Amino acid sequence: MPKTATSTKKVSAKAGLNGSAAKTTQSVKANGSSADDGSYFDLELAKAEYAARRDSQLRSIKTIDKKLLREMLYQMVLGRRFEEKCAEVYRMGKIGGFCHLYIGQEAIAIGSMMALEPSDMVITAYRDHVQAMVKGLSPESVLAELYGKEGGCVKGKGGSMHMFSQEHQFYGGHGIVGGQIGVGTGLGYAAKYKATGQVVLCFFGEAAVNQGIFHESLNMAQLWKLPVIYICENNHYGMGTSQERAMSIRNIAKKAESYGMANEFVDGMDVMAVREATLRAIDRARNESMPTLLEVRAYRYMGHSMSDPGNYRTRDEIARYQERDPILLFKDTLKAAKVLSDKEFDKIEQEAAAAVERAVEFAENSPYPSESELLTDVLV
Amino acid sequence: MAVLTIRDALNEALREEILRDENVFVMGEEVAEYDGAYKVTRGLWKEFGDKRVVDTPITELGFAAVGVGAAMAGLRPVIEFMTWNFSILASDQIINHAAKMLYMSGGQFKVPIVFRGPNGSAFQVSSQHSQALEAFYANFPGLKVVMPSTAADAKGLLKSSIRDDNPVIFLEQERMYGLKGEVPEGDDFIIPLGLADIKREGTDCTIVARSMTVPLALQAAEKIQAEFDVSVEVVDPRTIKPLDIDTIVGSVQKTNRLVIAEESHEFASVGAEITYQVMDRAFDHLDAPIKRVSTAETPMPYAKNLEAAALPSVEKIIAAVKDVCYL
Repeated sequence: MPKTATSTKKVSAKAGLNGSAAKTTQSVKANGSSADDGSYFDLELAKAEYAARRDSQLRSIKTIDKKLLREMLYQMVLGRRFEEKCAEVYRMGKIGGFCHLYIGQEAIAIGSMMALEPSDMVITAYRDHVQAMVKGLSPESVLAELYGKEGGCVKGKGGSMHMFSQEHQFYGGHGIVGGQIGVGTGLGYAAKYKATGQVVLCFFGEAAVNQGIFHESLNMAQLWKLPVIYICENNHYGMGTSQERAMSIRNIAKKAESYGMANEFVDGMDVMAVREATLRAIDRARNESMPTLLEVRAYRYMGHSMSDPGNYRTRDEIARYQERDPILLFKDTLKAAKVLSDKEFDKIEQEAAAAVERAVEFAENSPYPSESELLTDVLV
Repeated sequence: MAVLTIRDALNEALREEILRDENVFVMGEEVAEYDGAYKVTRGLWKEFGDKRVVDTPITELGFAAVGVGAAMAGLRPVIEFMTWNFSILASDQIINHAAKMLYMSGGQFKVPIVFRGPNGSAFQVSSQHSQALEAFYANFPGLKVVMPSTAADAKGLLKSSIRDDNPVIFLEQERMYGLKGEVPEGDDFIIPLGLADIKREGTDCTIVARSMTVPLALQAAEKIQAEFDVSVEVVDPRTIKPLDIDTIVGSVQKTNRLVIAEESHEFASVGAEITYQVMDRAFDHLDAPIKRVSTAETPMPYAKNLEAAALPSVEKIIAAVKDVCYL
């Protein structure tokens, strides 16, 4: 398929300008194993590349609808404040089970999902609260679900890991690492079969890349030309195991080339970079019915879940990544582009805080599901 | 009525449902150009083309997942496993995804999908290709489990399964694909899921059999009738889940004796479940302890004599009936 090969090459070249993927070199160690060089993880490199694209980004941002930019920042702040509230009420015993927080990764969900049409489909793993809200689920219905209440988006049957909404084309919320990559591939299959014009955003963490379903899915998606955008949220850790302790070849974007699939490496702390890369992938999916793999590098500030002791990394490491906090970077960009003022930032913070308080009030007051719900929804 | 093999009855069911509903498609290994590893999909690709009959790579977990996602988005996939043994690679998608989706989405996302293919032993295909998995899949809420034993049942139940809005595990038997039987004409012939069928009426002992053990039980019944003048009733549940326990209990209340013949291993089997349910519902009607005939608690051996020794047989069923009838 010469056409595919050409387009892959072009995209890879672009990724080199945008991210560090193309600069990665593989070194073969004396013992015969190959590994990435350390620069791939280098924060300084990410900063330099960010600085290099800043001027053009500031120019292009002025061409984007101000309302959309404001909404993007609002959703990022809302996601942050919502997750902070989850941590708070989890510690108070209001939320049971697992609870995986998205703090630090907001630019990925907002940058990518806000480039979609409402009818497009989204599926993700268990770190799903923010994706659910960006897709249109109310903070009330998400928090009530976390509380295990009747007003939750799935009536208290799913909890933290299983947010769903047919109305908003949000296909979950899945708890088996990598499982949703295959299901998302099937969503794309249906979109193509029915010629609906929908595209699928399929999110997963970098640790899921080591599962067979990742490779099986990419193979089928490229073979059958499915409109699926695979977004690998590389937050460096699969639970407490760092990527370098778990993956022989750490350059995830390039793994797509094993399947002839277009791919890009994206700075996941830069919401506009995520948006631009996703728009390119959406164009490819919608107009050519071809898939893309985006490796979006961010950093998980919190533990894997609320029960994570965090003894596998240092506070200093976390602090270094927090210097490039996605909300701070985006605020700074919007300010530099004279899109939003400090006063408007304050207003966004107030609105987000009020939305979270409304969600808490709703969740607190929503009743527990009736016990008659136990045996419903097992079969149609 | 037409006389068809089970293979051709299944083929008719697929063809009619593909014609009936544009959202139905068949996907699996070798289902299209090769005409199906066991020829169940013979001719369908030539008739309907790439969109409706889809060859996959050897990627069971992957194409099961594609089916689950496609079903969530409104299609009605029929996913063929070349044998159910290979479904174990895909069991994450069947059990963790298909079976759970409706419940964990609070009733929002149904998964109308059929997983089908041959289950149980074949002809000396040894340990990894001879397993009967009905007890495994029947253990998970959210799945229906169907096991036809005749051509008519195969057609009617497969059509019902494809029209069902739940994930259905449809278990065929390779040894039985060539068995012939009468099949009612007309593309509106369906058999509802969850209804047992009394394959032979009798008064003295009930045999509950399914899939491959149904013809064995019928042969055993004839021999017992001739030799001992004992009248055996053969009940075929046809759907394992939901199980038509009423029909089974009704038969036991009449005959007061029960033998269960099954191709799966006996530990934690469907037979064990039926034994419990009959004990719970009809304890006072039993005149003898329930007996089971199952596959030996061993991986399937290759050697012909050992394979035969591992599997249920007419002789083993006769022996069990004699036991419960104190003959």
